[in-house]
Amino acid sequence: MINRLLLSARALAVCLMFAPLPSAAVQPDEILADPELETRARDISAGLRCLVCRNENIDESNADLARDLRLLVRERLVEGDSNVEVVDFIVDRYGEYVLLNPTTRGSNMILWLAGPAMFIAGFGIAAVYIRGRRASDKEAAPDLTEDEAAELQKILEK
Amino acid sequence: MIAELGHFALLLAACVALVQAVVPMIGAHRGWSGWMAFASPAATAQFFLTAFSFSALTYAFVVSDFSLKLVVDNSHSLKPMLYKVTGVWGNHEGSMLLWVLILTLYGALAAWFGGNLPPSLKARVLGVQAAVTLAFMAFIIFTSNPFLRLAVPPLDGQDLNPLLQDPGLAFHPPFLYLGYVGLSLTFSFAVAALIEGRVDAAWGGWVRPWTLAAWVFLTIGIALGSWWAYYELGWGGYWFWDPVENASFMPWLLAAALLHSAIVVEKRESLKSWTILLAILAFGFSLIGAFIVRSGVLTSVHAFANDPERGVFILLITGIFMGGALTLFAARAGSMQAKGVFGLLSRESALVANNILLAVSCFVVFVGTVWPLVAEMLFDRKLSVGPPFFDAAFTPFMVLLAIILPIGGLMPWKRAKMGRVMRQLTLPIVATFLVAALIWTFQTDRSILAPIGIALGVWLIAGSLIDLWSRTGRGGVASRARRLWNLPRADWGKTVSHMGLGVTFIGISAMTAWQSEDIRVAQVGETFTVSGYEVTLADVRREPGPNYDSIMADLVVSKNGRQVAILNPEKRNYPVAQMPTTEADIDNGVFRDLYLVIGDPQAGGGWAVRTYIKPFANWVWAGAIIMSLGGFVSLSDRRFRVAPGAARKPGKSGDADPSTVAAE
Repeated sequence: MINRLLLSARALAVCLMFAPLPSAAVQPDEILADPELETRARDISAGLRCLVCRNENIDESNADLARDLRLLVRERLVEGDSNVEVVDFIVDRYGEYVLLNPTTRGSNMILWLAGPAMFIAGFGIAAVYIRGRRASDKEAAPDLTEDEAAELQKILEK
Repeated sequence: MIAELGHFALLLAACVALVQAVVPMIGAHRGWSGWMAFASPAATAQFFLTAFSFSALTYAFVVSDFSLKLVVDNSHSLKPMLYKVTGVWGNHEGSMLLWVLILTLYGALAAWFGGNLPPSLKARVLGVQAAVTLAFMAFIIFTSNPFLRLAVPPLDGQDLNPLLQDPGLAFHPPFLYLGYVGLSLTFSFAVAALIEGRVDAAWGGWVRPWTLAAWVFLTIGIALGSWWAYYELGWGGYWFWDPVENASFMPWLLAAALLHSAIVVEKRESLKSWTILLAILAFGFSLIGAFIVRSGVLTSVHAFANDPERGVFILLITGIFMGGALTLFAARAGSMQAKGVFGLLSRESALVANNILLAVSCFVVFVGTVWPLVAEMLFDRKLSVGPPFFDAAFTPFMVLLAIILPIGGLMPWKRAKMGRVMRQLTLPIVATFLVAALIWTFQTDRSILAPIGIALGVWLIAGSLIDLWSRTGRGGVASRARRLWNLPRADWGKTVSHMGLGVTFIGISAMTAWQSEDIRVAQVGETFTVSGYEVTLADVRREPGPNYDSIMADLVVSKNGRQVAILNPEKRNYPVAQMPTTEADIDNGVFRDLYLVIGDPQAGGGWAVRTYIKPFANWVWAGAIIMSLGGFVSLSDRRFRVAPGAARKPGKSGDADPSTVAAE
């Protein structure tokens, strides 16, 4: 996290070049009057990356560019675009890079399926392993018959 | 002069490490006890030499020796003393020296407290540890020398990055490194065991306290960093799935897995090769983390070009140690015979499930972290992988983990009966569903996150308590309560840690689902209401600081006419670094944090004021601290202090210790 802070410091330094008067994220004057539209704007903003900062979304970023994008998002919403249309509008202009939530198109399927695939594989391998352990269980240590148990009890009591 | 001595001490330490990496290994191979015995004093010497070197650098920072480039770049004569000292590791070179200091510390600790290890194993562990240390010493000496002098020293320094001038810097990196680097010792144990060709219950017992210590420190380090980000960054974010954060989280997940699988090795002599693999990979992810952080390759592909030498060097270290260890593993893993047998429903199986879930979630984080790089190199796509992906892909595995945890915890070794386990868990199950239903009914916006997350937290806490209670055997409540205190500390540690996880679950879910925020322009004297709290901007004034100027607001917060808190958020400007920072002020509470931030003066008069109300915020970090507390309790168990693997002495009193019956 120290590095996160270092990075955001560096990011801030980068952003400062673009923003002579730094300010923190969403400004009061940006907020839309309609609370429903504003909530949608915030949701969309949280999924869009600030292009001049490192790994910050435009909702949290201080950069001027992020502010422009926030205003653009709100402008589109006021014009009546749906959330998907707004995001598509921005992706058309800035590319896939702005999406913090990667799409499931094309090679990105590998990204999304890697975890579930490994999960299934892991449990498959574990199931085989545990079956093996149980098989040797039966060979090595079958349950005691009643006679054996009684005999054992006798030995223990001696 | 002192700086040159420090530099020289580091070079000497590297020489000692070189000899320590070779001589004890040959000794262990040939069975020469004199050569093996060389390892311990060498490890001690290495530690003291590195400690001297580190002290020399600290001294240069304390007296503001501006003939040292590092001091000029990261310090200033007006900086408060605390930050002069912490500034030592608030930069690349100094933090690498801290990293190496901790590497040698663990080596020395293994030498001092490893008296009960077989001589050949101890020699090999210290030999491998020295090899790792040597690699990082070479890294410092050849690419990141902290003792570089300037021909023309300036009058004053350029000051430390203002964001880092915080008590957080005093504790966060040292704890994090104690964790990261602690995993080097489990790595050394794993490689030594592979060379010996022997992994048995005793090995599990030796490696477990070191893993536990590393995991505890890593937990504290991550929690401190997250808390620091929470109050420093100005809007209360505490986890960003940033590559550098993931770099610390991946080893944490694998260390947690290792912690659990080593128990199976110790108690049941199963999962041996898997445990060895985990020990290798856990440190591997520490190294990958170091690479990610130091090279900057993943934060920005271009940053790599700025510093190719360092990135390539660490990649080389990672490649050599991982390649070597994994090759050795491939050659030797087959020879490790598992002894214990167990059924499909058993504690062993539950721990296997735990390991799969932790390893898969680590893998998910890893894939998400490196995917932008892979996509750009292989598919020519420039894309980002941010929090939405990690939330969606990582969380399901944590939910599964939380569901199986209390069930697995109650299962006996070898063979369990599901009906019996579930009967014991009746109370937690009822509590869990009650809480979920209650929250679902009362909350207004019907987010599914809060009821599920908090119910899982309750399930973890209640399940852990039942688990501990079940260890007291049968009999009246009074006698069971008495026995509760005599349970092994390891059982207490397990319960406390698992409860801590539950607390963190509750914190994260409640804060994410229920936080409210308000951003507005407020005139001085104006009062506004946020979620039932009345906030008054009483005053905004200038306050000079030691090395900064501050604009400070007086905000009075009250509820139902009763004053709750007066908060003083600030905007600071550091003239030397020419950087402004935002200092939020927080009123911490058990059930909510009031988080206030003052923004810019507005054109039409008034100030931008941000108000955040964060329910259960402190539970996130309190849970982490409880988790690590459980780790400490477990570490204090006498079975770790006395020769591990040795038979337990029978209890003093006549009644059988029910815990041994249940646990063994």
